[in-house]
Amino acid sequence: MKLLTHNMLRSHVSGVTRGFPLIIRAEEVKLNSVDFNREFVTRMIPKLEWEALVQSAESLGHGSDLPRELVSGYENDEEFLKKVHHVLLEVEVTEGALKCPESGTEFPINRGIPNMLINEEES
Amino acid sequence: MVIRSAAVDMLGLTDPFPFLQSLVVANGGLGNGVSRERLLDVLKVYGMVESLVMPPNKPYCFVTYSSPEAAISAYSSLSGRDILFVDTAQKITLYLSFVDKVEVKETSPVALPPGLLIVEDFVSPEEELVLLENIHWETENDHQKSLKHRRVKHYGYEFRYDNNNVDKDQPLPEGLPALCKILLRRCLNQGLIKNMPDQLTINQYEPGQGIPPHIDTHSAFEDEITSLSLGSEIVMDFRHPDGTSVPVMVPQRSLLVMSGESRYLWTHGGFTTAPIENRSCKTAVKCAEKPRITPRKLDVVQISEGQKVETVSRNAGELTLSRRGTRTSFTFRKIRHGSCKCAYPSVCDSQQGLEKKSPRVSDLVPESLEKEYVHKVYEDIAGHFSSTRHSPWPKVVDFLMSLSAGSLVADVGCGNGKYIGVNKNLYMVSNSKKIIV
Repeated sequence: MKLLTHNMLRSHVSGVTRGFPLIIRAEEVKLNSVDFNREFVTRMIPKLEWEALVQSAESLGHGSDLPRELVSGYENDEEFLKKVHHVLLEVEVTEGALKCPESGTEFPINRGIPNMLINEEES
Repeated sequence: MVIRSAAVDMLGLTDPFPFLQSLVVANGGLGNGVSRERLLDVLKVYGMVESLVMPPNKPYCFVTYSSPEAAISAYSSLSGRDILFVDTAQKITLYLSFVDKVEVKETSPVALPPGLLIVEDFVSPEEELVLLENIHWETENDHQKSLKHRRVKHYGYEFRYDNNNVDKDQPLPEGLPALCKILLRRCLNQGLIKNMPDQLTINQYEPGQGIPPHIDTHSAFEDEITSLSLGSEIVMDFRHPDGTSVPVMVPQRSLLVMSGESRYLWTHGGFTTAPIENRSCKTAVKCAEKPRITPRKLDVVQISEGQKVETVSRNAGELTLSRRGTRTSFTFRKIRHGSCKCAYPSVCDSQQGLEKKSPRVSDLVPESLEKEYVHKVYEDIAGHFSSTRHSPWPKVVDFLMSLSAGSLVADVGCGNGKYIGVNKNLYMVSNSKKIIV
């Protein structure tokens, strides 16, 4: 699970109001090398929950000194874009779990794939 | 070069190192009706063919020439060219591409399912003729219903296809034909069967027809099921619930006896592969170039003649296609009175208490209905489903390509994920019941 994916997942346990961001309990983290695509990263940034991204990256020890708040004019800051690229696409949680911040429900991550199914019947 | 890389993508091969002796021949496979013999005729024009590996049910094969020159010559002459295969009247465009090396997995011969017995040449050609001439298909009455996939006639008792059972209290006026009784007594005398059957079903299959995989209903018939094959030979597919599949060559005029595990636990069927050729391919790119014909009129068989009654090798270096003719089978069974007490309760209707009726749909909660009729079905067909859905639909590809870089795409119910890599400038979150990528 890439942190970009994590940024788009929320808990859907019934009764949960926001269920975001899911707390990452990582048992294994891998760093992959992904080709830098400037346009891709630049266009992705406005779609992110920025604070959640920085928080989760830091919790894994891969914060890369990203600022807590998004600074304007980042489109022309190559170094910054490369850091975001790294955090979004190159850091991958391969084993562990995602924990719902409200209900505490855990969703296991196996071989890089989070299993978001809720009840026994579904899995 | 475009063709080369397309073929490489399609087959998932590693980037080929050029100027070697081996080539992949896309569209030249048993899976799309090209036989080893015809393809060899085409390939050997360019030089000595060292090996030809044809994996079963795949629309491609691998050829290795004895010299790089021959391989290069074949590559430049054949790739992208239309070849007319006379025996199947198919025009096929072959695409060739160099590959690193061809690995042939040697498979050890598979044993017959336990309890299965095949006796070759059980009847003489003369007896075969008499048997075939004495079937009176034209006697149309209530008992002889014509089925979609074959002609059928019953003696002794009628087998009903609506509940896969027999009316045990209503024997048919005609008992078993006299000639059949003589043959059955021969079986008893030779110790091939222990009990005299009292029911006969004759099935006739034209080329392309077949019978889906099934287990004969436990509560309907006793242990031994005896089948005499006349006319064309066939490859029967025996399957164990654990997924083990054993293709068994059933020659002309042979007698097949299923008892014990092979009768109770294994399914048997007469399609080499599932009948999918009628599925329209409205969206596939240039159907003519990528025929998706599953050869129901062809069986995958071993090249060497000699070894007839055996399981069919899965060694891709030894397979070719065999055309089917009309096949007539005489299946003899003994009606069971009372319930079945076999050692395989998981597939036994008597022991599952299913002899009466399956539960009404309205009695089941939605979750269990979904589990049974959606999840389980997809789980069961996943292998086949995925292997026949390797080509992305062009309109979907157009859509994905039309999106701007950095777009987010959710592919909900992504199956084998064939669209994930289409446009590298998108971020795709895909899920299936089992996967979120």
